[in-house]
Amino acid sequence: MNNKVRNQQEFQRFTRLNRILHILMIISFLTLALTGMSLKFSYTGWAVILSHFFGGFESAGYLHRFAAVIMIGVFFTHLFDVVRLKRKEFGSWKNLLFGYNSMLFNKNDLKEFIGSIKWFIGRSERPEYGRWTYWEKFDYFAVFWGMLVIGSTGLTLWFPEFFTRFAPGWFINVATIIHSDEALLATGFIFTVHFFNTHLRPEKFPMDIVIFSGRIPLEEFKLDRPDEYKKLTESGELEKHLVEPYPPIVIRAIKIFGWTALIIGLSMVLWIIYAMIFVYR
Amino acid sequence: MFNIPVQAQSNEDCLMCHEDNELRGEQNGRNISLYVNESRFSGSVHSELECTDCHQDIDAEELPHREVFQVVDCSMCHDAVGEDYNISLHGQAYNRGDPLAPLCKDCHGYHYILPVADKNSNVAALKIPYLCGKCHKEGAPLQLQRNIPQDKILENYSLSIHGARLFKKGLTVSATCVSCHSDHKILPHTDPRSTIARQNIANTCSACHSEIESVHRKIIKGELWEKEAHILPACVDCHRPHEIRKLFYSQGMADEDCLRCHEDPTIKSKEDGRALFVDYTVKQNSIHKNIACSQCHSEVNASKLRPCSSITQKVDCSACHSEIGEEYLTSTHGILSTEKDANAPVCKGCHGTHNVLGKTDPNSPTFSLNIPSLCATCHREGEQAAVRYTGSEKDIVKHYTESIHGKGLLKSGLTVTATCTDCHTAHHELPHNSIESTINKKNIAVTCGKCHHGIQEAFEHSVHSPLITNTDKDLPVCNNCHSAHTIKRADSEGFKLEIMQQCGRCHEKIAETYFDTYHGKVSQLGYTKTAKCYDCHGAHDILPVVNPKSHLSHNNIVETCKKCHSGAHRQFAGYFTHATHHDPQKYPILFWTFWGMTGLLVGTFFIAGLHTLLWLPRSLQWKKELKRRLKSIDNPPDTDNESTKKEVDE
Repeated sequence: MNNKVRNQQEFQRFTRLNRILHILMIISFLTLALTGMSLKFSYTGWAVILSHFFGGFESAGYLHRFAAVIMIGVFFTHLFDVVRLKRKEFGSWKNLLFGYNSMLFNKNDLKEFIGSIKWFIGRSERPEYGRWTYWEKFDYFAVFWGMLVIGSTGLTLWFPEFFTRFAPGWFINVATIIHSDEALLATGFIFTVHFFNTHLRPEKFPMDIVIFSGRIPLEEFKLDRPDEYKKLTESGELEKHLVEPYPPIVIRAIKIFGWTALIIGLSMVLWIIYAMIFVYR
Repeated sequence: MFNIPVQAQSNEDCLMCHEDNELRGEQNGRNISLYVNESRFSGSVHSELECTDCHQDIDAEELPHREVFQVVDCSMCHDAVGEDYNISLHGQAYNRGDPLAPLCKDCHGYHYILPVADKNSNVAALKIPYLCGKCHKEGAPLQLQRNIPQDKILENYSLSIHGARLFKKGLTVSATCVSCHSDHKILPHTDPRSTIARQNIANTCSACHSEIESVHRKIIKGELWEKEAHILPACVDCHRPHEIRKLFYSQGMADEDCLRCHEDPTIKSKEDGRALFVDYTVKQNSIHKNIACSQCHSEVNASKLRPCSSITQKVDCSACHSEIGEEYLTSTHGILSTEKDANAPVCKGCHGTHNVLGKTDPNSPTFSLNIPSLCATCHREGEQAAVRYTGSEKDIVKHYTESIHGKGLLKSGLTVTATCTDCHTAHHELPHNSIESTINKKNIAVTCGKCHHGIQEAFEHSVHSPLITNTDKDLPVCNNCHSAHTIKRADSEGFKLEIMQQCGRCHEKIAETYFDTYHGKVSQLGYTKTAKCYDCHGAHDILPVVNPKSHLSHNNIVETCKKCHSGAHRQFAGYFTHATHHDPQKYPILFWTFWGMTGLLVGTFFIAGLHTLLWLPRSLQWKKELKRRLKSIDNPPDTDNESTKKEVDE
């Protein structure tokens, strides 16, 4: 294959399942965040309007639980996918967990983190990032942590009669605080740090659609993830990952969806900041 | 007729002839018996008298005497009685030569007159009604031919309380005809000398009912008996002359007299030109149809040509409705009226005048359905009462109409629904700050309890009742939670949401912490199917949690939670319904959980934020770098691009 062809082709970074799961994650997360925040900040005007938008508190509640079920589904589907990957592609847990493609933090992440800081303060060149950067891994585990904490407390609040058979009554109060503050952390983190890291940072601005399209222009990939590119060309596996780009209509659809999610998320950040600063109690 | 010579003038001489029971003679063309029963005569009050003492025109020298002699003149001895008789109706008629006029003997008899106290006397109490009834009974010539204003006199009398006492109980002290009309000086009520004249009737009745003024206070104020007797109704105004029961006197005889002038539609007052026309049918359809004009316009004097010329005062309804009158005078309306305030409503303002109807009559302005619009004539926004009102209740009429009471009354037509007067009373309305007012804080529970009695009972046992809680603080009463004129159904959404603010006015802290919990937040979003204050604490039966009867006592709390959470159990009830994470003493777990979470949040954002901020300038640099590098790859020659295009096209 000559250079010219390769220039037009794109590198496939995410599988179809990954992309579907992320889209479902966005939809369920935004739903959960909007309905949940309307309750958390019920003393603000925007919360009341939001609640009415969802058809009142009651239907907002149903939506919240429905979205929760979807998100839990996403969570478990991903876990099954990991098990499937282990069997089909990695062969062993060792390869999956400690190999080059692992999501787990390793020595190299520490190196890259230190390298990044050095780069930030002008002491070094941009590190040669690989398959997953440390901030991507952090985002990934933040979701795990969030699922665990918010999901478990959420179920407690959903079925308080059942859970108080094992836990004291005040655990419901504790669960409320944890659920709501962890949700605040999650939404705050996703809508600011995650948004910046992946979409809003200047070289990706206004958004990086790779998570929806699954593919990134090869030249861009080469520069963004030099280490991975190097590894793949060395092993000669790069060709396996090259695909045709999506037609413009798909890209446009993706962008509309992405913009919607981005705007909702950023608006919520503004609402929350407003609530925290001006009417907090 | 009998030519038997008799020498003496003694009774024996007379009886020589008159003891013959077949002795008869002519008088005024009629054949009558001239028999005198000696033994009966000797039993009479006049037994000591000689025949000639009464039959004075008999000449002893010529016996047998003249066949026709003069009527015995009883007044020769009974001169005072004779005088009375002469001025009486009976005497006047006799003197006119009315053949129906009664003489002494028509009532008393003649030869065998018994003492009045003797029960066989013609004029014994028990016999009097029959005696008078001889002429005055229905259908008797007198009743038919002469102008006697009353009818069914005897029948009515015998049914009256006086007649019944006499005839059924044999009470000889009970009033008979003569007790009221006097025995000999019988005169019409229009004659001021009459015992039944308006001004004398009280004296006549009080001959027996001597203490009536001290026991008749409910109707007539005590002091008025002496001070203003002229404005008081006479006994017979209320108690019909011959039907004395607790019945009101129907249709006074004076009405026609009044109407002689007042039925003229054009009649006007000489003083101020106001119309004086009275539509009698209106009056006759009113609740006062049995009340005579003169009972209300009480200063009329029948002896004047224009009886109403003696009237100096306006109709005083309290002459009859004295309790109501007293109530009214102490009410705001009454006080204003005493101060001669032009805006003050008086009786007729609400009740009308000749057209007054009872409050049970749907056409009456005081019928329950009409009361709101009646009061609204002054109390509607902009009207005379509303403009001087300075309190906090605005748009009273509009709000009432939209309230549950207003809807019940005006939309559902429920006449038992509370109207203005049910809370404010009809005649004793006072502002809420008056201690006597029905809407005073102290009395409002009782006022509402008139209808909502069960709730009043529950409330009076609750912690909010002054009977239970001793405090200087203001305890809430019905209207603090339910409002006064905007009362909503307690199961309406609006009420459910407002009530939390109501409780929160006093229970500030606890309401605030409630709004920190799920229940509170949810209700703040307008959701009503969640626990609100009264769902857990009870509404009217609120008790302290330590009280075993409280809905939240140890024994009851699980049941209370179960109202919504059917699976509730003891441990579930341990949920802090008023928890706050701001109180490390009371809720340390929540406090530290909150600060732990906040620490995590702040920490994460601090690190991530710092990371981002440091990244930003480098990222901008990197963007330029990327552009440069991508260009250098794409750039080599333009042909490169074209060939790529071709390949794609193929």
